[in-house]
Amino acid sequence: MISALIGLPLFGAALLLLGGRRTNAWGHYFAVAMSTSAFVIGVTQFLALLSKPAEERNINAHLFDWISVGSFTVPFGLHLDQLSVVFVLLITGVGSLIHVYSIGYMAHDENRRRFFGYLNLFVAAMLLLVLADNYLLLYVGWEGVGLASYLLISFYQHKPSAAAAGKKAFVVNRVGDVGLSVAIMLMFVTFKDVTFGGVSEHAQHASGHSLTLIGLALLLAACGKSAQFPLQSWLLDAMEGPTPVSALIHAATMVTAGVYLITRAHAIFDLSETARTAVVVIGAITLLLGAFIGTAKDDIKKGLAGSTMSQIGYMILAAGLGPVGYVFAIFHLLTHGMFKAGLFLGAGSVMHGMEDDVNMRNYGALRGAMKITYITFGLGFLAIIGVPPFAGFWSKDEIIHAAFSQNLVVGLATLLGAGVTAFYMTRMMAMTFFGESRWKKGVHPHESPLVMTAPMIILAVGSVFGGLALKFLGNIELWLEPVVGVAAPKDPASNAVLIPVTLTVVLVGAGYGWLKYAKTPVPSVAPENVSLLTRAARADAYGDALNEAVFMRPGQYLTRALVWFDTRAVDGLVGGLSATVGGLSARLRRTQNGLVRSYALTMLGGAVLIALVLLLVRL
Amino acid sequence: MNPNNYLVLAGILFTIGAFGVLVRRNAIIVFMSVEMMLNAANLAFVAASHITGTLDGQVAAFFVMTVAAAEVVVGLAIIVVIFRTRRSASIDEASLLKY
Amino acid sequence: MTGEVVIFWITAIFSVIGAVGMVISRKAVHSALWVAFAMINLAVLYFSLGGAFLGTTQIVVYTGAVMMLFLFVLMIVGVDSSDSLIETIKGQRLVGTILAFAFGALLTSAITSTGFSAANGVAAANNANGGNIQGLAQLIFGRYLLAFEVTSALLITAALGAMVLAHHERWTPRKTQAQLQRERTLSGHPTPMPNPGVLALHNSVDTPALLPDGSPSQESLPRIFKSVEQSDDSTNNEVNS
Repeated sequence: MISALIGLPLFGAALLLLGGRRTNAWGHYFAVAMSTSAFVIGVTQFLALLSKPAEERNINAHLFDWISVGSFTVPFGLHLDQLSVVFVLLITGVGSLIHVYSIGYMAHDENRRRFFGYLNLFVAAMLLLVLADNYLLLYVGWEGVGLASYLLISFYQHKPSAAAAGKKAFVVNRVGDVGLSVAIMLMFVTFKDVTFGGVSEHAQHASGHSLTLIGLALLLAACGKSAQFPLQSWLLDAMEGPTPVSALIHAATMVTAGVYLITRAHAIFDLSETARTAVVVIGAITLLLGAFIGTAKDDIKKGLAGSTMSQIGYMILAAGLGPVGYVFAIFHLLTHGMFKAGLFLGAGSVMHGMEDDVNMRNYGALRGAMKITYITFGLGFLAIIGVPPFAGFWSKDEIIHAAFSQNLVVGLATLLGAGVTAFYMTRMMAMTFFGESRWKKGVHPHESPLVMTAPMIILAVGSVFGGLALKFLGNIELWLEPVVGVAAPKDPASNAVLIPVTLTVVLVGAGYGWLKYAKTPVPSVAPENVSLLTRAARADAYGDALNEAVFMRPGQYLTRALVWFDTRAVDGLVGGLSATVGGLSARLRRTQNGLVRSYALTMLGGAVLIALVLLLVRL
Repeated sequence: MNPNNYLVLAGILFTIGAFGVLVRRNAIIVFMSVEMMLNAANLAFVAASHITGTLDGQVAAFFVMTVAAAEVVVGLAIIVVIFRTRRSASIDEASLLKY
Repeated sequence: MTGEVVIFWITAIFSVIGAVGMVISRKAVHSALWVAFAMINLAVLYFSLGGAFLGTTQIVVYTGAVMMLFLFVLMIVGVDSSDSLIETIKGQRLVGTILAFAFGALLTSAITSTGFSAANGVAAANNANGGNIQGLAQLIFGRYLLAFEVTSALLITAALGAMVLAHHERWTPRKTQAQLQRERTLSGHPTPMPNPGVLALHNSVDTPALLPDGSPSQESLPRIFKSVEQSDDSTNNEVNS
């Protein structure tokens, strides 16, 4: 049954992509149907798991023996347990909502069928990623979502910026993929087994050194897929893709694959202090970096992308804290999936009403013109900054709590991140929905059709009640404990102290943002004379410049040098050899002058030589 | 009388014949120089038979003579044919095998 | 001073003179005569070395037949054909002289460094079979029979080869006497042509002779006076047609 989870969207993708123009008329409905039926199956499987006792909540399906070479066997097997089922529900649930949204958003695009084909392909690949029972099969899904991401980012093929963005995403992801390959190879060498169960079993007997290496390699892979430092440069460019893509892939699901990987490999990370520390450091750096970049972006989608980077930093940080934080990483992942997708869909709705303009400096006072969008966006905003009782409050505050219990600096970083998040999200709300209208001539903002607003409303409901549901209606800690283990934080900072402190920081940040952007008028053209920090934030904290200087230019010089060497030295050598032979032969050729007497002379010369040699030998 | 003298004479005649082959351009004179070289060889053979006291050297000289005659016949026929087509007996002009 | 020594020195000097004369003669006929002279001297030498048969054969076959053959071919080619003494190939003469000298020196030194025992002379060998010819015959038809047979095959092949090479292929059928007569009658002047020089109008060296049909023959002119108009003189060659 669980193989149908992957099979249905895959079939949808194949039909739409191979069927071609014939499927144009009903393709999108079919894709929505495939995605929704996957969601229904997911729900049934979830209910099936619920009915089982806590220790046995898994369903396995061994499809066939995929690789069987010598001592290395890899099965093509699917494994549905407590961790994967929440992911399945998130992917298929949010995914189906976004499929529905895309019917309206892409209504005027003639390549809509292709878009839906790619969306289905993505859903199938992501499901394979979370349902695989071994790291190699996970890698297949990993690569599949990378492919789908590339196809979808560069969907507007005629735009060079979109094509470049797709390429950039793929190449940077590739760097991370190397990490995953190395980790799998190391796993084979150390454990002789790459299934999750096998690795967890044998991890205790492996040396700390190899465990650390595997952990670091997995971290590299997670950095690539989840756009963490130092592989974060592709996420902001990925906003070139259509908004549903940004919502589904680069907010809710694909970028969370890194978190899933680290959580799945908890057996390795639990045993390696170094790897855990590295994960926490990376998470902390990225959450501050993403927040920093988000403060100066005028493009609404890029601002939300910076926010995504930062929130995933929170998740990675939590996953790096060990059993204290795994559950909260997944909790935040789920809530973030809902409110971030809602925020992105809202941004898409705003763009739809403002003639596809993404510059927030051209928005302003939209709360009257686009009421539903305003309300859903606002609810998502409240969730993300962590206002109780909305979803983000429950998950983010638990992460801050766990962070403080491990390390003061890490805790402070998370707190600061919360404040900056409040600031830039308030800025975004203020610039878009409040203040004076700065609309361009001829722009008449209107509300989006029902097919687009309905998913936004559903996701807003999730942003409101999601946290409460996951904490109190069904306790997520209890649910995930058999899989990842839960530990109470040692020497906990009391929640009673932390929560007010956090809320104060959030209010300060939000208040500052309100003052700056709602009370004072926002200039329609971005001011030139800004501080150094603003300039840095506008330039994505010079991430691209760094990549170019450190990797691209030396690589370019190396290539040029090699080409020069090839043409001059290698070709020169070969050419020189042939020229020498040619020259020699041209010289030698002249001895054949056709004259008998010259030949006779040469013969006599030879005879003299032989006679001389013979005589000398005898003497 | 040192029998070496005969052989030295043969050597001198051979050298003169070789020199003639190298410096003359007329094909027939070149041929005659070749004949001179053959004669030198004949002389060496006869001198050898004189030294050893057997007649084998003379038999060899006899055969050389025969072969030389045959060679002259064919060679001169070739020269005649070439002369017919080319109108010239100079061997320098027969240089079609030039590179 | 035995007769052998005297004969040796005289014939040696003359044959060397003859060889040198052959090499440096300008005209080909002179060369041929010098060669004949050298060969006769060699024949005398053979006689003195006890090879009577060989000496005779040398004169009869070599000088008589082979050199005459040379002279015949010289007549075909052109009796007055002479080489210019200017060397066309650069360095040929110099290198040729050096090499020939070196070769001669090598040979001489090799020969003089070998010590032969005193010559026995073939007198005993001659007498063993009752004469030089008999002794030779004993060897030719005895030990060297195979070489003899092979040489005879060679001679036959050479004769055939010469015939094939010198054969003149007729592309048109040979004119019969009747045809020739017919052409002469119809040509306009059925009478025989006048002898050369009969109709000559001029007496200078540069006036070409007239051929029997009245056209001037540029070939009759000495080479220096070849006129510019007549470039191709292969149209009328009595020897071949």
